Amino acid sequence: MGDLDFLKVKHLHIDYDKLELDLLNKVLEEEPSFQWCISCGCCTASCSAGNHTTFNVRRISLLLRRGEIESLEKELEKCMLCGKCTLVCPRDIQLRNVVMNIKRNILKYKMILL
Amino acid sequence: MKKIVVIGAGIAGLEVSKQLLQANLPVTLIEQSSKIGGNIKNYAYLFPDFYNAEDLLNSYQYIITDPNLQLLLNAHVSKIDFSKKIYNVITKDGITIPADAIVIATGYNTFDARLKEEFGYGIYDNVITSVELEQMFKKQEIITPSGKVPERIGFIHCVGSRDAKVSNTYCSRLCCITAIKQAIETKKLLPLVEIFCFYIDLRMYGLLFEDLYLSAQRDYNIQFVRGRLSEASEMIDKKIQIKAEDTLIGRPLQMSADMIVLMVGMEASDFSKQFKYHNDLNVNEHGFFDPINPHNLRNLTAKEGVFLAGTSIGPMSVGETIDHARGTALSVLSYIKSN
Repeated sequence: MGDLDFLKVKHLHIDYDKLELDLLNKVLEEEPSFQWCISCGCCTASCSAGNHTTFNVRRISLLLRRGEIESLEKELEKCMLCGKCTLVCPRDIQLRNVVMNIKRNILKYKMILL
Repeated sequence: MKKIVVIGAGIAGLEVSKQLLQANLPVTLIEQSSKIGGNIKNYAYLFPDFYNAEDLLNSYQYIITDPNLQLLLNAHVSKIDFSKKIYNVITKDGITIPADAIVIATGYNTFDARLKEEFGYGIYDNVITSVELEQMFKKQEIITPSGKVPERIGFIHCVGSRDAKVSNTYCSRLCCITAIKQAIETKKLLPLVEIFCFYIDLRMYGLLFEDLYLSAQRDYNIQFVRGRLSEASEMIDKKIQIKAEDTLIGRPLQMSADMIVLMVGMEASDFSKQFKYHNDLNVNEHGFFDPINPHNLRNLTAKEGVFLAGTSIGPMSVGETIDHARGTALSVLSYIKSN
């Protein structure tokens, strides 16, 4: 059946019952304001990195919530930590701190695995 | 004879007065400006049926001549003295009016858009507010402040609403439908104009509001972009550059427009703000007066004999304001009867 691997469509949909939410919970614990994003997109529109790369800071929250954490580390390398997202956020989310927290927790997570 | 003082002659204050006068009670109506009507004077037509706002206001003109009504114009209430059984309402000019019951119908202020500096109001020419656009409807002529017939207009939702950065975390809830109403009216005057509405959520809470939204898309080709304005800047030709994220496609978006219209939200009036640190009347964290509860005691304050009407308790449409004011009049009547 190895030839029919393309039929395995698990990456095409989000399987909510099998999500890895440890990282999300850890980040939320340290920066609770991350919980109340309304996806207005102000952060992405003003993002210095987002205007020159494909980086989308708003989607970080969604990726984390839907368990798509593999691509997260690479994605966050694009952030320059300028803090404009935090400045424009109408919900007063400390996004810069969120990014720092994710980076730190990914690092810890990796060290446990090693 | 029991005496009732109504503070504010917007439609809430007018409706309460009208109902109480009908019951043959003497009313003193205090208004800070030189005319009755309050905020409804800013509007040309009302959603969702484009009813003429001036006609509605004119339907109250007759009460001015009622012998039981004492109308005080250009009068600012500076203090209410609750120390005696009969309260005293004191104006800045030193006039003292005794009152057995007081109705607070002090309405709302529109948000001062200059506080959102990144949107450029008061800095760039072609950034206007929804109130200013309404004045253009009254003249039936839409021209940008730099004197051009606009080819593209951006409507910016949630200006001063749902925004922790200006301490207004609540939704003003009427601006969404106002934007759609204004977009349609603009299209009627300028059929060739392109209109883009930048929104976070569209809150079409009224029965007929969703129909108007559908009509905006179907009959007037009004475009909707799901993304809040992040910042606006002025281009060399005085056009405004809009920066937002098109959140549905997930990419930053830039657009030039001849004019942007900021849908300013409703804020508590200066009158209610002055009671923020006052023990007698409760003002909530949004600056509006707090009724005893928001269900069946929406017209009453914790202070005996003091009643609330209209947008002094939070954003309301014209119809809701009039309904609420009628409820207040009924509460006042039963209070006066039982005392």
